[in-house]
Amino acid sequence: MGQQIVNGLFLGSIYALFALGYTLVFGVLDILNLAHQAVFMICAYVALVLVVHLHMPMFAALPVAVLAGGLMGIVVDRVAFKPLRGRSDSNIAGLISSIALATILEAAVLQVFGPDVERFPFGAVPTRSLKIGGAVVSELQIVIIAIALAMLLGLTWLLRRTRLGRRIRAVAESPKAARVLGVDVDRVIAASFFLSSALGAAAGVLFGLAFNNVAPDMGRSVELKGLAVIVLGGMGSMPGAALAGLALGLLEVFTVAWIGSSYRDAVAFGVLFLVLVLRPRGLLGSAALREA
Amino acid sequence: MSLESLQDLWLTYQSTVAFIGLNGLLALSVYTTLSCGQLSLAQAAFMAIGAYASAILTFHTQAPFAVNLAVATLAPALVAIPLGLPVLRLKGVFLAIATIGFGEVVRIFFVNLDFTNGALGLTAVPQRTSVWMIYAALAGALFVLWRIRGSRVGYALEAIREDEPAARTMGIHAARYKLAMLALGASFAGLAGALEAHYTFMVAPGTYSFTRVVDMLVYAVVGGTSVFYGPVVGATFLTALPEVLREISSRVGLAPGPLRLFVNGVVLLLVILFLPEGISSLPRRVRAWLRARREAHAA
Repeated sequence: MGQQIVNGLFLGSIYALFALGYTLVFGVLDILNLAHQAVFMICAYVALVLVVHLHMPMFAALPVAVLAGGLMGIVVDRVAFKPLRGRSDSNIAGLISSIALATILEAAVLQVFGPDVERFPFGAVPTRSLKIGGAVVSELQIVIIAIALAMLLGLTWLLRRTRLGRRIRAVAESPKAARVLGVDVDRVIAASFFLSSALGAAAGVLFGLAFNNVAPDMGRSVELKGLAVIVLGGMGSMPGAALAGLALGLLEVFTVAWIGSSYRDAVAFGVLFLVLVLRPRGLLGSAALREA
Repeated sequence: MSLESLQDLWLTYQSTVAFIGLNGLLALSVYTTLSCGQLSLAQAAFMAIGAYASAILTFHTQAPFAVNLAVATLAPALVAIPLGLPVLRLKGVFLAIATIGFGEVVRIFFVNLDFTNGALGLTAVPQRTSVWMIYAALAGALFVLWRIRGSRVGYALEAIREDEPAARTMGIHAARYKLAMLALGASFAGLAGALEAHYTFMVAPGTYSFTRVVDMLVYAVVGGTSVFYGPVVGATFLTALPEVLREISSRVGLAPGPLRLFVNGVVLLLVILFLPEGISSLPRRVRAWLRARREAHAA
């Protein structure tokens, strides 16, 4: 039981990290960025290259990969979203242009690395484990949960207390009003994309480490799980996404333990579907604008 | 060209021709729900329902193929109606997400049920589909959509797409129309699923994933969703493209898989940014451009 909870929290903290970035952009722009999973995947490769080919230690490679992810986020905004802003169909058009960009990025990775799974070299990750109560916790799990928690708190602080955070919240509330008040909306959006993709990048590296598995299609399944998480948490709600990420992690682990691994994914999507039908604003969502 | 070389050509490209038809039908299934402004991404699940229904009927009954196809067309529509009642209240992206969730749940159940043979799917499905049947189905779907356009129903759908509250104020029963279009789109997908299963000899649950729906949506968008035949144009273009690319990739020395993905992504991005009405709007655009140039010359 204790072991399941530890495993669930561990998996959930990665989901939460991925979903935080997802939901940040949705909160600001009301647009789903389906290229988020491509950034997640590519940054795992960035960390892998840094560790394997440049022999960087993991603790140095992670921030570099996160920075690379952030910059990639700005590119995603420039290429896939900025040109569509102001168009009446920008909601669905943005969905599609981000799918296009994700396809291009995935093709690039496939060309360079091939479709096979790559692994971090032995020793790149801490392998020791310790016992807490009845549960075996690996050092890696502790580090991952700690990093996820630190990034969540950092983001909360940034949004609540800093100038940039205030501007982001203003644009999320109403881009028009923010512009009238002298906020450079385009820059705030670019900054949101930077933050969002940096979080996605961190999630990608940690996911790659956690399962020691980096592959071109690693983002696909997490993308759909991430959708489930942000819907469950309430679209655009950061604390909601964090909470829902942990909840989904626990739910999956317990589904595997009690029902069997084949229904693990059905739980995530079943929850997603039921939440949208029964309580469209999710756990902590505020505005109830999902319906007409 | 001799008769023999024509025959060779047909054998080489027969499956491409078949898949152009199937993908066209699938693109139309996405378009049908999109025509009243609703983006449903459950089409792969509807396709799976059609494919399993038809293949299982073939295995266990002696029913003629036409009966199987009819069942495969009706069954997804019957599933779409109870799905649509709660889900179609959602808007835009939320509807898309809910239908993704539904689609994945359906796929996972097919993977885990016994009578569908789990993750392996159904194999050795007898081949009963000929290429002409695929094109007959496609023609049928196009005919239905063509009849809808310009009719009372067509105008109602356009009104709902442009401004739903306004359409409702004018007495258009929006919920009923949206549900009907979801069911119609579902039946197109189911029919395509059955035809594909009996063409490729198998029903593999892995092929009914989110990726497949994205493909259908891409066909529709690249072709253009402002006219009813646009999605077929897009499906034709993007299905035939890999054949051309295979030639190119062997010369440039790039692997064909990544190159195909890359070109698909680039085409999609260019279309959505610069040709929002899809490549089916190209002739009209070129004509308009030529006319403008002529007038500039005359002046």
